[in-house]
Amino acid sequence: MQFSFTGEQEEFRSVLRRFLEEKEPTTVVRRLMETEAGWERDGWRELNQQLGLTAVHIPEAYGGQGFGYVELGIVLEEMGRALLCAPYFASTALAATAIMNAGTDAQKRTLLPDIASGDTIATLAFTEPNGRWDAAGFATTATRADGAYRLDGIKSFVLDGHTADLIAVVANSDKGLSFFTVKGDASGLHRRALKVVDPTRKQARLEFRAVKAELLGEEGGGAAPFAKTMTQAAVCLANEMVGGAERLRQSALDYANLRVQFGRTIASFQSMKHKQADMLVDVELAKSAAYAAASAAAEDDAELPALASLAKACASEAYMQTAIHTIQIHGGIGFTWDNDTHLWFKRAKSSEVFLGDPAYHRELMMRAWGV
Amino acid sequence: MSEQTEASVRAEARAWLEANWNPDLGLVEWRNKLIDSGWGVPSWPRDWFGRGLPVALEAVVEEELRRIGAVGVAKTGIRRLAAATLLVHGNDAQKQKWLRRSLTGEDTWCQLFSEPGSGSDLAGATTRAEFKGNRWVVNGQKVWTTSAHHADWGLLLARTDVNVPKHQGMSYFVLEIRQPGVEVRPLRQMNGHASFNQVFFTDAEVPPDNLVGEVGRGWAVATTTLMHERRGADGIRTWGQASDRAGRVYDEERAEIVTVMEPYKWYPQRAGRVDLVVERAKATGRASDPLVRQEIAKLLTMSKAAEWTARRARAAQALGRPPGPEGSLGKLVSSHVARAAARVHTLISGADAMLTGEDAPMDGLIAEILVSVPAGSIAGGTDEIQRNIISERVLGMPKEPRTDNDRPFRDVPKNLVG
Repeated sequence: MQFSFTGEQEEFRSVLRRFLEEKEPTTVVRRLMETEAGWERDGWRELNQQLGLTAVHIPEAYGGQGFGYVELGIVLEEMGRALLCAPYFASTALAATAIMNAGTDAQKRTLLPDIASGDTIATLAFTEPNGRWDAAGFATTATRADGAYRLDGIKSFVLDGHTADLIAVVANSDKGLSFFTVKGDASGLHRRALKVVDPTRKQARLEFRAVKAELLGEEGGGAAPFAKTMTQAAVCLANEMVGGAERLRQSALDYANLRVQFGRTIASFQSMKHKQADMLVDVELAKSAAYAAASAAAEDDAELPALASLAKACASEAYMQTAIHTIQIHGGIGFTWDNDTHLWFKRAKSSEVFLGDPAYHRELMMRAWGV
Repeated sequence: MSEQTEASVRAEARAWLEANWNPDLGLVEWRNKLIDSGWGVPSWPRDWFGRGLPVALEAVVEEELRRIGAVGVAKTGIRRLAAATLLVHGNDAQKQKWLRRSLTGEDTWCQLFSEPGSGSDLAGATTRAEFKGNRWVVNGQKVWTTSAHHADWGLLLARTDVNVPKHQGMSYFVLEIRQPGVEVRPLRQMNGHASFNQVFFTDAEVPPDNLVGEVGRGWAVATTTLMHERRGADGIRTWGQASDRAGRVYDEERAEIVTVMEPYKWYPQRAGRVDLVVERAKATGRASDPLVRQEIAKLLTMSKAAEWTARRARAAQALGRPPGPEGSLGKLVSSHVARAAARVHTLISGADAMLTGEDAPMDGLIAEILVSVPAGSIAGGTDEIQRNIISERVLGMPKEPRTDNDRPFRDVPKNLVG
């Protein structure tokens, strides 16, 4: 397992951080979060044409850059730090990963290059209105008639589902869990943006009424690729979360150093110093877990399922706790709309639950360890 | 000077060890040979038993020692701190007198810093050393002194001037333990063990040659000792592991380790014994309780993350990168882990957590965890002091306001009870 980043990886991180600080200040976040789409093509193109981020973990044979999960983790950490408003998690972390896990070689050659270039925005539809993250909770069906598959059912909590060009869907056919792809504008597909707590990450509800779909991979062979996709996505989300947590922690420290009460900065109070020390512990432990999971994903280590869930649970709690402390440290101003803290607070809340809450992942971790 | 590479150091160390290692030598005889070769403490200067290698290359020599199964210099216990401190602050005569015998293990040491009236505030020590005629005369009391009952020498921090601010009135001495003015009494802890001692001085004597550094500059010397003490506390150290091989040198090393490590035998329990949790949960059937599973998972998550954080710090150090925040958190994190482990062990044991000794789970081992964990967040810097250090040194936050640094020590308020 890798416990330090290479010089190249550190350099990549700093280039990316500078880029995002310049292109995605909170003024931009605030503008985009008020739109229904939540992102715009121009900024997205710049991100992909200048840095090729959508291609990071896609193999070169499919038009990608062929890096691994350590590099993808760095990208997500920096995006979480910047609170980037873009369909990156949906398209790269979820959909491209699912296609790599489930698709045939020919399908990968067809589908991945456009996702890698950023020209196609894809997403993955799996969870349904019942909010279950495990495949046993999915009721959407795929039936075959006249040589074509048709999907019926309702998917919910679909990241960028109302704007995606291509949707990978997990559904049950006669033969079991299977993956399909559907065009965003397919006939019979009704898409509605959900009202979400975190306006920087849009979600949609997708209703499928006899929607014609292409089978992705093998019919009935979806269980293993789905499980693997969820594991890898948990690693991605954990790394994104620690980026946000680190940013919040730093903003709380900066504010404490500036704010004067009783004739001294509030940073000089021991209660504040101790809280900041505890916040550093929370965030550094979560980073260690997220980095270890990314390293395990890069090596496709046998421990990956346990470590991915460990990192997801650990980062979820650290991010949320850091957000709570950061509001508290800001005092009254921290509860206002104009202060930026709530933007990360809401991402922390949404990320805590997305892909399964900490208790769910702790249970997965225990099972993975055979307890 | 020729450039020392990892490969050249490895080759040279291996060649010397292959030519000289002999498990049938006596422990001291072998260590003297190793010390003379410079491979015992390779990062020390050439003038003092070392080879002047960068610290980063020390691990290579350690690997070569392990590869051939050779015993290294004596590193366990306080003698490691004594040697490191004297190497930096001792004069030539002091280095001649103590370094070699500390490395061979012939001399054993204890650390006479903490007092009943000064725990976190070590610089508030009130044990006095007064120069009378031709010697220093020491009066006062130290506490939490590991190994004082079998030590030859003590590293003593004592007050030599009460008329200057506290940090400027301390001096650092090497005190001979076996003398009439020194009384060592065991200190019984809440877990029943007596791993530490109280040390009382009544006109104990120290010859002037045993003053380390200058009079009034003892705090700087003590800081070196403390720095080396903290460096060993990152949560993943393994010390005092004896080889199970046959041979005279191994027999003698095993005997040394048994003596030195005796006070530390409950330390694994102090750290919470996370390693026992899963097997206990399975054995008691509690592993099927969803609430217990959640608590175990939280503990394992924290414990793993703590281990990886220490590894990140080590990896950065090995690459020669400046230390990041991850390197300063180990002590505080390890007390969180220990406390969480004690909670989980209680949850798993249920009513049996009220029992001890042979009536209790694992012949009292679980009970020993429950009554030993409180030590971890106090010894070697309390959690509160750790948080001060992290916030001030890592995060750069303002220092605690002080009223004791800018006036003579005699005017600083002190404890009414020790």
